[in-house]
Amino acid sequence: MRLSGLQKEVLSLYRQCLRESRKKPQATRPHFESYARNEFQKYIGIDRKDFAAVEFLLRKGRRQLELYSNPGIKDIK
Amino acid sequence: MAALRSTSARILGASSRPATLRLAAAPAARGFAQLADGATESQKASGDPANMKTFQIYRWNPDTPTEKPRMQSYTLDLKKTGPMVLDALIRIKNELDPTLTFRRSCREGICGSCAMNINGTNTLACLCRIPAEDNAEMKIYPLPHTYVVKDLVPDLTLFYKQYKSIKPYLQRDTPSPDGKEYRQSKADRKKLDGLYECILCACCSTSCPSYWWNSEEYLGPAILLQSYRWLADSRDERKAERKAALDNSMSLYRCHTILNCTRTCPKGLNPGLAIAEIKKEMAFSG
Repeated sequence: MRLSGLQKEVLSLYRQCLRESRKKPQATRPHFESYARNEFQKYIGIDRKDFAAVEFLLRKGRRQLELYSNPGIKDIK
Repeated sequence: MAALRSTSARILGASSRPATLRLAAAPAARGFAQLADGATESQKASGDPANMKTFQIYRWNPDTPTEKPRMQSYTLDLKKTGPMVLDALIRIKNELDPTLTFRRSCREGICGSCAMNINGTNTLACLCRIPAEDNAEMKIYPLPHTYVVKDLVPDLTLFYKQYKSIKPYLQRDTPSPDGKEYRQSKADRKKLDGLYECILCACCSTSCPSYWWNSEEYLGPAILLQSYRWLADSRDERKAERKAALDNSMSLYRCHTILNCTRTCPKGLNPGLAIAEIKKEMAFSG
């Protein structure tokens, strides 16, 4: 399946999230991974042509990623 | 006397018959008349006629991102509302719809929180009077070309990042001669008038078409006004560095003197002039 540019951006954001969670402590890493998965799962039903919504969620996701990739954050619920 | 009375009765009768006919034929008109009567009676009770005004306000909720933004109408009685748009917004939030979201703080034009687009002009809601003469609807949008956080709240992250990038603080290596504060002559202090009053409400930057298209690289009028505020400060000693940071095609020279910034500034400042002064300094002293 050919992916649109926006779909690729979403996938790359998800990949970045998983990569960032690898820098977290071994014990809490699954928490970060499942949190990221949950956040993406929440909006899985959004139409891929609803650009405004997808772009907003991308921006929101990037902001969250930037926040949570701070090394001071050790765990997430 | 009797004849007079009879004619008047006949006239009355003649005029009343078509009136009753009309009322019977148009019950809607009668209903409206009654409604109007009721309204005037309640106004007599309160002592003042109601002055209703409709506000159309941009609504968008980030929790339901698939829903499109929409305009929602609220009608208020201006007799019971303060004179400014911010008073109306606060009253809508208190009494009509607590989910309406907007920033506000000082309500006197010194904090710059309530910047929004009112009837097509970027301004502070607390400094914008509700026009009382006409009954036209007022349209209220968030600042144009900003990402919206919710309803009337714009995302100003980029704006603040750009402000940080110009190092908006006094940079100095030599201590003051007497170890006290850095002194300025009255003439030097005067150069800062019209610059230090800026409250960074972002009205000017978001009204600038050049900033709309190049907001990533062009600093925009508000930030350039602040740049000039530090360039014009006689106490600052890093003028060369500050100028070098602006010396590229994007940061400063995307200003095409459109002057929307000066027209919209709710504090009556002139960012266009400040930008022109920077350009002049760059051209003649560098």
